[in-house]
Amino acid sequence: MANTNLTFTLNGEATEVAFAPYKTLLEVLREDLNLCGTKHGCELGECGACAVLLDGQPVLSCLVLGVECGGRRVLTVEGLVTDGRLHPLQETFADLGAAQCGYCTPAFLVTAKALLDEHANPTRHQIREALAGCLCRCTGYQQIFEAVEAAIAGPR
Amino acid sequence: MRIIGVPRRRVDGRAKVTGQTRFADDVMLPRMVHCKLLRSTLPHARIVRIDVSRARARPGVHLVLTGRDFPISYGILPVSQDEHALAVDRVRFVGDPVAAVIACDELTAFEALDFIDVEYEPLRTYAEPEESLAFPEPRIHDYGDSGNIHKAVSLRFGDVEQAFADADRVFEDTFFYQGNTHLPIEQHAAIAARDPDGKLVLWSSTQTPHYVHRALARALAIPAAQIRVIATPNGGGFGGKSDPFNHEMVVARAALMLDRPVKICLTREEVFYCHRGRHPVLMTFKTGVRLDGTITGMHVKTLLDGGAYGSYGVASTFYTGALQTVTYHIPAYHFEGCRVFTNKPPCGPKRGHGTPQSRFGQEIQLDKIAESLAIDPAVLRLRIVEQPETLTANYLRVGTIGLAECVHRVTRAADWQNKFRKLPHGRGVGIACSSYLSGAGLPIYYNDMPHSGVQLKLDRSGGVTAFCGATEIGQGSDDVLVACVAEILGIEPIDIRAVTGDTDLTPVDLGSYSSRVTLMMGNAAIQAAERARDLLAEAVSKKLSVPRDRLVFADRRVFDTENAGTGVAFSEAVCLAEAMFGTIGSTGSYTPPRSAARFKGGGVGPSPTYSYSAAIVEVDVDPSSGWIQVPRVWIAHDIGRALNPTLVRGQVEGSVYMAIGEALMEEQTFRRLPARLSHALVHKFPSMLEYKSPTTLDMPEVFTELVENPDPRGPFGAKEVGQGPLLPVMPAVANAVYDAIGVRIDEVPITPEKILTALDARAAGKAPRYGPTRFPDVPYPEPLDVPPPWDGGDGKAASLPRRSSQPDRASEGGVRR
Amino acid sequence: MMRLPHFQYHSPRTVREAAELLAEPGGAMLVAGGTDLLPNMKRRQQVPTTLIGLRRVAELRAIARSAVPYGGGLTIGAGVTLTELVRHSLVRESYRALWQAASQVATPHLRNMGTLGGNLCLDTRCNYYDQNYEWRKAIDFCMKKDGATCWVATSSPKCLAVSSTDTAPALLALGARVTLVSANATRDVDASALYRNDGIHYLTRRPDEILTAVHIPPMDRWRSVYWKLRRRGSFDFPVLSVAAAVKLGEDGTVEAARIILGAVSSRPIDAAAAAAAVTGQRLTDEVIAQAADAAAKPAKPMDNTDFDLTWRKRVMKDVVTCALRELRGDDVREWRRKLSKLIL
Repeated sequence: MANTNLTFTLNGEATEVAFAPYKTLLEVLREDLNLCGTKHGCELGECGACAVLLDGQPVLSCLVLGVECGGRRVLTVEGLVTDGRLHPLQETFADLGAAQCGYCTPAFLVTAKALLDEHANPTRHQIREALAGCLCRCTGYQQIFEAVEAAIAGPR
Repeated sequence: MRIIGVPRRRVDGRAKVTGQTRFADDVMLPRMVHCKLLRSTLPHARIVRIDVSRARARPGVHLVLTGRDFPISYGILPVSQDEHALAVDRVRFVGDPVAAVIACDELTAFEALDFIDVEYEPLRTYAEPEESLAFPEPRIHDYGDSGNIHKAVSLRFGDVEQAFADADRVFEDTFFYQGNTHLPIEQHAAIAARDPDGKLVLWSSTQTPHYVHRALARALAIPAAQIRVIATPNGGGFGGKSDPFNHEMVVARAALMLDRPVKICLTREEVFYCHRGRHPVLMTFKTGVRLDGTITGMHVKTLLDGGAYGSYGVASTFYTGALQTVTYHIPAYHFEGCRVFTNKPPCGPKRGHGTPQSRFGQEIQLDKIAESLAIDPAVLRLRIVEQPETLTANYLRVGTIGLAECVHRVTRAADWQNKFRKLPHGRGVGIACSSYLSGAGLPIYYNDMPHSGVQLKLDRSGGVTAFCGATEIGQGSDDVLVACVAEILGIEPIDIRAVTGDTDLTPVDLGSYSSRVTLMMGNAAIQAAERARDLLAEAVSKKLSVPRDRLVFADRRVFDTENAGTGVAFSEAVCLAEAMFGTIGSTGSYTPPRSAARFKGGGVGPSPTYSYSAAIVEVDVDPSSGWIQVPRVWIAHDIGRALNPTLVRGQVEGSVYMAIGEALMEEQTFRRLPARLSHALVHKFPSMLEYKSPTTLDMPEVFTELVENPDPRGPFGAKEVGQGPLLPVMPAVANAVYDAIGVRIDEVPITPEKILTALDARAAGKAPRYGPTRFPDVPYPEPLDVPPPWDGGDGKAASLPRRSSQPDRASEGGVRR
Repeated sequence: MMRLPHFQYHSPRTVREAAELLAEPGGAMLVAGGTDLLPNMKRRQQVPTTLIGLRRVAELRAIARSAVPYGGGLTIGAGVTLTELVRHSLVRESYRALWQAASQVATPHLRNMGTLGGNLCLDTRCNYYDQNYEWRKAIDFCMKKDGATCWVATSSPKCLAVSSTDTAPALLALGARVTLVSANATRDVDASALYRNDGIHYLTRRPDEILTAVHIPPMDRWRSVYWKLRRRGSFDFPVLSVAAAVKLGEDGTVEAARIILGAVSSRPIDAAAAAAAVTGQRLTDEVIAQAADAAAKPAKPMDNTDFDLTWRKRVMKDVVTCALRELRGDDVREWRRKLSKLIL
């Protein structure tokens, strides 16, 4: 089957890509755009590892059709660095042990970013709720919560 | 110390938070093709015929492989070389790989699988260990102790019957520990290619590149020197990526045949079939105690449901009986263990390898003993904790023991005195303890070489490259390597590049299993760094005319301790040394001390030193529905020394997380359809939705205490932390449930259904418990008698068992004789 | 990685255009959020050759006061996401059962994607059916897809897959109606009439119809709640749920009641006897206990979800009790925290 073309905004940049039309956003990002920061653990919406921001909202890229992304804004972990500086969440995740194996980390980071974009100062419970769609098998989440809270507190 | 002991960003932290860590499935190569495996749909069958011609003819299909392409078997243990990359003539579980399709893309490969025609002849299916014991024929494997018994062992240390006779009370309890799996978020992936010289390169999410290297050489019959295995950082391992796997063999063979890169990434369902997770274990504990709670003797029997292949199973079997003595003093000890084959995915090593199951039984039984003797269970444990620097009944040499301090710390933090037996009905607290290895004392295969090697290359720029075969699986092994070198050389972690897990570039480290890396690699790294430091010191000493022993390496300088102004930059020190000695490099290696055990079976359990943990769990149980919640966990861990406290805490909390999952909800269970209608025996729910891993909303608050009492055997005094802290949590949950509502749940997972069943039993005047009531007759061999040290023993067996079960060499995962 | 099969994709801009595409022969399927259909396609439970994406149909995405024929109340477009629904102040204040139900669907990410219409049409679920192609092949498939037997009860003449939607019980309790549009007709039905107790043919929606909107009547003096039982605080489908709505008189007497059970059958079950038990009564402990017992009777959980079926049956009355106590005005926050782990 012939490839289909897509134009969208990826990490702030206008992007055009051709891909096999059955592919999900996850596959397009990883295989056709070579952005492998977005991970996958089940491809069925059961683990949260493939989270990206679509028009600012956390979604699971394994269940978003590539053909439905035309004209939309996609943010992946690769887009968190701006002007050569890590996002505050990236700094605190790295510093405070929120990334162990690092495999679920991109999903937690973009999800936490969406939370902080919306709530300047979420409570611990709001953080738990916002991150409840991502599984982490390494950390027990506690250092992730602390890293989000430290990012709220601002540069240390 | 400037680096050791200071909470610090891990060296691979930036890569991980920017998404730049390259996991196996992130490796994309030009001309790459994709592999899918056809897996057995029958649990036990003979393959009558495979016809791949229709699949091979599909457009886009490059190659189809079957068992005929893989005549040589392999397996992680020398005594269990029972796997083939693709089934040769027999399938042993639903999910056993039968054929492989390599095609232009994954979808094409997947769709071609349906065009492979396989004719099977079904064989009797063994779903439960009792069936495997009852029916010796047909055998799932044509090796093993007998029938479908893979391994049966009996080790006796002292006169246990006399110990029971001497006891004031003897307790006997039966427990069941359900199987569960690792569930790393990263699915196993591997990609193989020929390098420009024609040699094979395999990138794989493996915890044990060295063992994969050996297995590939054997199974593909090509010289090991022409194979390069690169362990990509693992997206979680937990033991599940410690075996050489069939998909690795398949893509390696296919890449050689096609001369193109071949990739495979397993689906989640396939990861459940790789398994190698926690063995389901049925067990009994018979323990004699005096009225003060001290133990006179213990007899442990275990029955392990091994699944369809050997894997680490022989070692797992011994591990169910190895560490009881390391925690508490047990003067006389008898262990009988048996592993049977069944037609399910093979079990193997999951975090705690073989020891969480029996730890669960032991710690619940202690709680029962404490209650029966009217002793506080925390106090009881303090009375019986093993003495440091001793030899146990089964000849394990114990180092430092911080367990008493762990118990003090958690009881204080949790306010135990005011909670135990004092909380309102429905709420309760429970305590349990544990110990774990800091690295297996023996390698998987018999050899006299080091277990870990580190090479350093010092550059004129002041940069250092540290090479080691250890594998980063998230635990922070790269960070340990760099921290140890940086500390000794007085430079910063950013000055050091870690090159790890690459059989072409790095000296052998046996792998990320058995909590061995920090201790073994750390010691090797220290040795290498000290040797490099000595070279630099000699050159600087000459240059500055300062005696070598007055030179200090710190702050990227080498200077006179009595006159800090006199010194050179570290980079200059390297230049001086290079001018004096030529190119500067060094090596370090580590070999564990010789085990005191001289008996067959004594190869499993020895370790350079052991870690200790104590946990208190608080539960909230609804007496009407049995609904259970864990709001809080307090845990103290005897780490020796925390090299990077941030990472140590992460390992403790991560262990608690996995333990909470095992305690409350995780289980790898199977479904047998009505026999008159179907032959099927399938994994009940090989998905992340139905295999229940706790979410952010299910995770209790964890209060971690690190007990630091440096052990001279560890690097800067460090012991393990990756596995031990998991162990006490499950029994502490069970003990807390008893404190909350007065019923015993003698099995995991501890679910609302089981709690309610136990409450019903109590209401009906029956025993207020849920759990197994009988232990089947298992044909354990005659015991191998080994007199304990205090009975004048020398670590050797007093008598040979009547029935020798296995050839001697390198059995039990490498026993030294 | 799990891969979707090949399919043709259409992206209509209007309901009419979508309905015309759907009317064409060839077995096209609608996709909105994709969170139900795409996993099923990856597992090859559903393999439509054509997908009609509803994302760009703007008229499906509004929440507004209902037009006059519906007597006021709220009309919610089927394409409204669950997150949008949860954030709508009127839903939160006046249609608490729907708000609590939508808040507990799956995960935040999936609620950002999934739509109300999609959740109402959610495919029935079963541990023998929601499996990969190879797994289902190993059991020789099941009645719902490619096979002949219902493995849940091998003598059953019909499929016993479970209705697992959270929002349907809530909307039934709220007395909602839904609009179904085909290329040549539009009809409104009670939400209750949308469902059939058959795991395969669980919807009365015809294959050429699009569920376009949900209309909830005004709920003056009504209170409603939704309780969901599942293993974990997120991800999991209900293994048991209760939506309850009561119309209270000045003195606290229940003038009317609807109690709907979810996840215990192939459709949401109307526990009419339980509703009758509270009607005309005040919600005393005794009345609640009677209603809870009555509610537990029609629940027939099968062994095809998480948790043991006898336990699910047994705790039905505990969950109904929680729901009715909340309607009475009890402080149930502690129980919410334990059961749902959410603040609702």
